[in-house]
Amino acid sequence: MLPVSYYILLSAVLFSLGAVGVLIRRNAIVIFMSVELMLNAANLAFVAFSTMYKSLSGQIFVFFVMTVAAAEVAVGLALIVAIFRSRHSINVDELSNLKG
Amino acid sequence: MNVDLLFFIPIALVSVTSAVAMLFSRHAIYSALFLIINFGTIAAFYLMLNAPFLAMAQVTVYAGAIMVLFLFVIMLLGAEQLRQRQSIRWQQPLAIILGLFLLVESVYLLFSAGNQKGPLPSFTTLLSDFGSPTAIGEILFNQYLLPFEVTSVLLLVAMIGAIVLTKSEKG
Repeated sequence: MLPVSYYILLSAVLFSLGAVGVLIRRNAIVIFMSVELMLNAANLAFVAFSTMYKSLSGQIFVFFVMTVAAAEVAVGLALIVAIFRSRHSINVDELSNLKG
Repeated sequence: MNVDLLFFIPIALVSVTSAVAMLFSRHAIYSALFLIINFGTIAAFYLMLNAPFLAMAQVTVYAGAIMVLFLFVIMLLGAEQLRQRQSIRWQQPLAIILGLFLLVESVYLLFSAGNQKGPLPSFTTLLSDFGSPTAIGEILFNQYLLPFEVTSVLLLVAMIGAIVLTKSEKG
């Protein structure tokens, strides 16, 4: 019988780690992975509350979040590949021009 | 110490450790592998929270499909070792401090609000088909039918977008 706050605490820790990852890393792929980590932290909170309230809607939401994450990753990685082709770098510090 | 806590604490430690290791490993490949471990632990949490369908979806979609895509792009670009040249010197410490602020704030909000003590049912006592594929499918195709159909359009758009973006200009 765990209190739900354990899961929410873990979710908060993982979300903060993801946010820090977006801010400190310069590799665009690792930044993307940190965003995935934040999405997963949110999903964990969704499932914890879904179990707490005995309502399946939270789990359906996680299902949709997974779909959106898959779409986002497909487009994002395509963008990274396109950027790498034109700039030969995925360091976000070097991508500061609006007009390449 | 009950059996839930006995399972929760080690998996939570592995989860947080792999997340930290993902942030601070130099190679993008190692980051991706640590993230796969993290997704695996989250699937274990879903199992403990009576969500077996989501746990399997987590393993197949996240740890399977999405991370394979990541690894594929990392190896395709061959740019796994970036030189760590910071153009803004004070950004990294400031980011860590702000992240700590975010964590402290969210934990404070969590424990200052009153009524989130709600105990979760132990995963050793099975709820009658809560979170099973049957139950999920039933609610997905009745109550959430329209969002489910819209999702297919989203995936189609993402697919077309990825194809258009990676198509070479001359082709």
